[in-house]
Amino acid sequence: MSSALVFAWSGVLLFGLGLFGFIAHRHLLRRLLAFNIMGSGSFLVLIGLAQDGRGVDHVPHAMVITGIVVAVASTALALVVFRRWYRASGRTDLPEDT
Amino acid sequence: MSLRIVSAALLCLAVTGALAWAVLDRPLPEENLPERVAAAMPESGVDHPVTAVLLNFRSYDTLLEIAVLLLAVVVALALREAQPDRPEQMGLENPLLRAVMAWLLPLILIVAGFLLWAGSYQPGGAFQAGSVLAAAGVLLRLAGVTTAWLDNATLMRAGLALGLLTFLGVGLLVMIPGVPFLTYPLEYAGTLILLIELTLTLSIGLTLISLFRLTPPYADDPDEAREQQGKTP
Repeated sequence: MSSALVFAWSGVLLFGLGLFGFIAHRHLLRRLLAFNIMGSGSFLVLIGLAQDGRGVDHVPHAMVITGIVVAVASTALALVVFRRWYRASGRTDLPEDT
Repeated sequence: MSLRIVSAALLCLAVTGALAWAVLDRPLPEENLPERVAAAMPESGVDHPVTAVLLNFRSYDTLLEIAVLLLAVVVALALREAQPDRPEQMGLENPLLRAVMAWLLPLILIVAGFLLWAGSYQPGGAFQAGSVLAAAGVLLRLAGVTTAWLDNATLMRAGLALGLLTFLGVGLLVMIPGVPFLTYPLEYAGTLILLIELTLTLSIGLTLISLFRLTPPYADDPDEAREQQGKTP
């Protein structure tokens, strides 16, 4: 088992945990945290798999660097929206569709 | 309720298992990207492959990422509420943090400058330096330091847009000799990339700081908010 596979499997595990949290929790903040864990998992998969027998592939590295900053910005934007929603409705979750 | 949790857990286990299997049994990419990056390095103007990919080979991606960042701030600006900014109410005001910040701030600025400069030959670059700058801004705010100079709307917006505008401007200017968008001439590539990175660092730092500042400490309770809105015209 190569180290690339260890990173990739850790990323997959993080993604699975995040997905579970995203489905299981209703509170918007918890969902946002779970979504960020999913994102971190996919970054780890990209970075971990960016090496095959032919050397280190720098293209996914550059992608993940921009991805991390965009993830931070979108998290902040989500927090702004959530606060607005809470002040408008007094709820910390979204109403059910059903 | 518990049925929902159990079925969610089973679903996630299945997804995780499928992904783990997919990762284990993946085909080699057809394109040999490491080789192509290494072969194109002399034409990039910088010595570090990640920076070369980020700002030369795939600069279109980076340009659009910066546009996404700007868009996030614009939306957050549109959604913020007219309320006074009260940095003194951040709730973390303690003398120790202030004292430590006096030591840390110069160090943070030096680290940001170094990261920006290091980007051309080792890991580092605009995104890292911008994040470090933003961390300095957030710490200053948590320490209760008034950052009223950030309230100058015109200057702030100019700063937020500076990175994208410079990037676009450089991309368009190099088209004059008749080459495609964002294809830097070899002899100026290093300088142009440094210029873009410098402005990107400023804009990314300001973007993250203003996203943090756009949610000032305020009454979050809906009833209280209505009361306060009733009081102020």
